[in-house]
Amino acid sequence: MLGRLSWDASPFYGVIPAIAASVVVLAAIGTIVLLTVMRRWRWLWSEWLTSLDHKKIGIMYVVLAAIMLARAFIEAGLMRTQQALGAGAGDVGPVGAEHFAQLFSTHGTIMIFFVLMPFMTGLINFAMPLQIGARDMTFPWMNSIALMLTIGGAGLVMASLVIGKFSTGGWTGYPNFTGAEVNPGVGPDYWIWALTLGGAGSTLTGINIVATIWKERTTGLDHLMWMPLFCWTSLCTALLMIFAFPALTVATVMLWLDRTFGFHFFTQGDGGNMMQYVNLFWMWGHPEVYILILPAFGVYSEVIGTFSSKKLFGYTSLVWATMAIAVLSFTVWLHHFFTMGASANVNAIFGIATMVIAVPTGVKVYDWLLTMRHGRLRFDVPMLYAVGFIVTFVVGGVTGVLMAIPPFDYVVHNSTFLVAHFHNMVIPGSLFGMMAGATFWFPKAFGFRLDETWGRRGFWFWIVGFYLAFMPLYVLGLFGMSRRMATYLHPEWQPWLIAAWAGAGLVGCGLICQAIMLYVSIRDRERLRDITGDAWDGRTLEWLAPSPPPEWNFGARPVVTGRDEFGERKLNDEAYPVPDRTAYRDIEIPANAATAPLIGIFAFLLAFAAIWWMWWLVWISAGAIFLLVLWRSMRFDLHRQVSAETLYQADMAHRRTILAHANGDIGSGAPMRHARGTEGYLAKERREREGQA
Amino acid sequence: MTDTTTDSQGVRPHAGIPLEHPDAETAHATERAVFGFWIFLMSDLVVFALLLATYAVLLKGNSSAPGPAEVIELAYAFPETLLLLTSTLTLTFATVALREDRARGVYGWTFLSLALGAGFLALEGAEFAGLINKGHVPQVNGFLSGYWLAIGTHGLHVAIGVVWGLILIAQFWIYGFCPAIRSRLVRFSLYWHMLDVVWIAIFTVIYLPGSLVS
Ligand code: HEM
Ligand SMILES: [Cu+2]
Repeated sequence: MLGRLSWDASPFYGVIPAIAASVVVLAAIGTIVLLTVMRRWRWLWSEWLTSLDHKKIGIMYVVLAAIMLARAFIEAGLMRTQQALGAGAGDVGPVGAEHFAQLFSTHGTIMIFFVLMPFMTGLINFAMPLQIGARDMTFPWMNSIALMLTIGGAGLVMASLVIGKFSTGGWTGYPNFTGAEVNPGVGPDYWIWALTLGGAGSTLTGINIVATIWKERTTGLDHLMWMPLFCWTSLCTALLMIFAFPALTVATVMLWLDRTFGFHFFTQGDGGNMMQYVNLFWMWGHPEVYILILPAFGVYSEVIGTFSSKKLFGYTSLVWATMAIAVLSFTVWLHHFFTMGASANVNAIFGIATMVIAVPTGVKVYDWLLTMRHGRLRFDVPMLYAVGFIVTFVVGGVTGVLMAIPPFDYVVHNSTFLVAHFHNMVIPGSLFGMMAGATFWFPKAFGFRLDETWGRRGFWFWIVGFYLAFMPLYVLGLFGMSRRMATYLHPEWQPWLIAAWAGAGLVGCGLICQAIMLYVSIRDRERLRDITGDAWDGRTLEWLAPSPPPEWNFGARPVVTGRDEFGERKLNDEAYPVPDRTAYRDIEIPANAATAPLIGIFAFLLAFAAIWWMWWLVWISAGAIFLLVLWRSMRFDLHRQVSAETLYQADMAHRRTILAHANGDIGSGAPMRHARGTEGYLAKERREREGQA
Repeated sequence: MTDTTTDSQGVRPHAGIPLEHPDAETAHATERAVFGFWIFLMSDLVVFALLLATYAVLLKGNSSAPGPAEVIELAYAFPETLLLLTSTLTLTFATVALREDRARGVYGWTFLSLALGAGFLALEGAEFAGLINKGHVPQVNGFLSGYWLAIGTHGLHVAIGVVWGLILIAQFWIYGFCPAIRSRLVRFSLYWHMLDVVWIAIFTVIYLPGSLVS
């Protein structure tokens, strides 16, 4: 009945696992109690979970990322503590070797699949449709399902803290270590199914993003080269998701068949081939790192343009560089296993291909720098992240090019040099980009800005902490320290690891500052209110809509006549024209759907049951999913009508607010900081009024 | 500059949709659905490409018997191919009938295609049963794992297709020839044709070389 689930799966095999499990359980109970006491269940269900609004779905992705970031960071802190204390033989340090292996496996898996992936998916979901003047994603229901699958995957990783153990095979899960002979438990199965759910969600999201960008652009954006750069990077990322994720799916399904049904894809004997797993994994894995970084590049492009008050320098080259990176990212996967024993020529070719990617990336860096040159620079928090990124990312890029040289890679492969390198790419590259984007679009999402002071503190802790935590690892890697080691016999490494530990501590302070920032911002939301919808003197269409935008985004979809449409309109005093009633039509917006979260729940159950071999539950869940889809396919009243009059009145109201604000009638607490558009517009209106008088 | 745009502007016509659209809204809805489905098919094709690539890798490294010489026969694959290719033709007739609003044509041709698909599945089932009888199960060695997974994944797709097609026929029956379901039949036919393309690849990579060894 319960498959291989029994009392042995309880987390009482160690103090730290028991504490971690209790925290998860208590947090779950706490959330349930809180929701019940505050009578928020209905709100949660009908305002959020069943919503098909791309903005809400985007926000939920980011919330998921934030929660998972907290967990994965705590694990990083534990690992750092262990290594700082781990000099010597035997069981030194607080964490045993087995548990340490679980920690780096969950940390890596979570950070990639359940922090950065949902974070960037969330930002794209939120901002991209607004930027192209769309009303929603092309497939709103599928969008919600993708979110729910991702949450289900994250839920599996959380469940593994309480029931059973997670994999010890690292985030890469190489067999035969993750095969059935070496690792018969449920750990690798948890890993496989978490990835499967997350990966299925990502594939669906990829399809959705491409279809949206291709089919929903507003009038005028037939000129693709007028799209904001973030849309370009979203497009390329989505294409990578569509073409790369099948490789991960194939690899993990084969591994699962090996483990569960005794197939021989990657087994040691019987004609299996472990190297094929490594191939498949990195065929996905290398594009994946660009899936994570390209959206961040997009955010940086928007941020640097906006906070330099300039059009992007070299827009066209940025677009082509993005596409070049996307294509080239499929040609380099072998650099992850130069040491596997391919011939010198093969290694050389992949080494050179890898270095070639540095070229378009370099183009981008110069474009960003030249955008800032002669700009009117404003160092708000998003811009701080962008500048910190440019400097730090170059360091990581250089170490990457070093490792692209096969002989050099033979020396540092799987050392902490590699750990330093990829953290150098993902933290200042991807994560900082996501944080910049979150700060940048926060006022758009919620109608008030994030507190500047705490935001800055957070940034400085993060960047200083990052350097302190990871630069020592470069040194240690050159000393010969392998990655994934709980203890070591070289006492001379310890000072460096203590420094890295202190760095992680600073990063932790950064996270705390960000939590305080969130609290302070909500508390002081009146002071931080974004009345006009244009919190940063933005240049692209999303800043035209009110903050937060109505469900339909734009009453009448804007017509685009050039790049940086909204910025240009402000320069020409055309930013807020009197809405033209005839431009409005009745529209349909997607009604809420309970089927999506239900499908997510059954997908979670299916995966959980497959992990524990409860086959009856697998079939029931699969059947339930089938019936839900079938049911949905027989419903045709899936939309809600919004009348043209409603749209028109909403736009009029928004315009009145803007004018009142520009006149100084409202919002004294939050002077509009960059009122170019309105000032000009106001002057014009005064002239007209005086002319009439 | 005024804000004027209708919501159905931005429709970029998509060649190859065998439907007439009563109005712009329907056209838009159909096109985005079909476009999205094309992208999904591309992703699915990558899955098959990788299954076949893995099969080739495992074939090369396989030392233990049985190998392709003992396992692969054209006796099943040849009629299977005929059935599947014919079903693609008959389904094309169904979409033509759909365009011309001939209800009986749509029902008849779709049903025939599904029947041919079911025939394919029956033959494949017989082939697999034979393999099991001889002990050629996927647990034996890497070659057989790759063989079963590649062909099995295709077969699973066909089975899903048959169920999907039956549901479509039922939905046509219940709801009439409304635009939403018309667009589904178009997507279904894309799916079905893709499975043919995949089968040709399977035939070329697995069956033909395999039968040449024996
Ligand atoms: C927030 C600060 C972070 C700290 C202090 C940190 C720390 C660590 C540590 C100590 C390890 C184990 C190194 C070893 O194997 O010796 C590790 C591994 C890893 N980290 Fe982080 N990390 C951080 C953020 C991130 C982020 C944002 C990502 C996003 C992708 C990430 C991805 C990974 C991956 C993929 C691994 C490899 C896991 C494996 O070995 O399978 N980390 N990290
Ligand atoms: Cu790579």
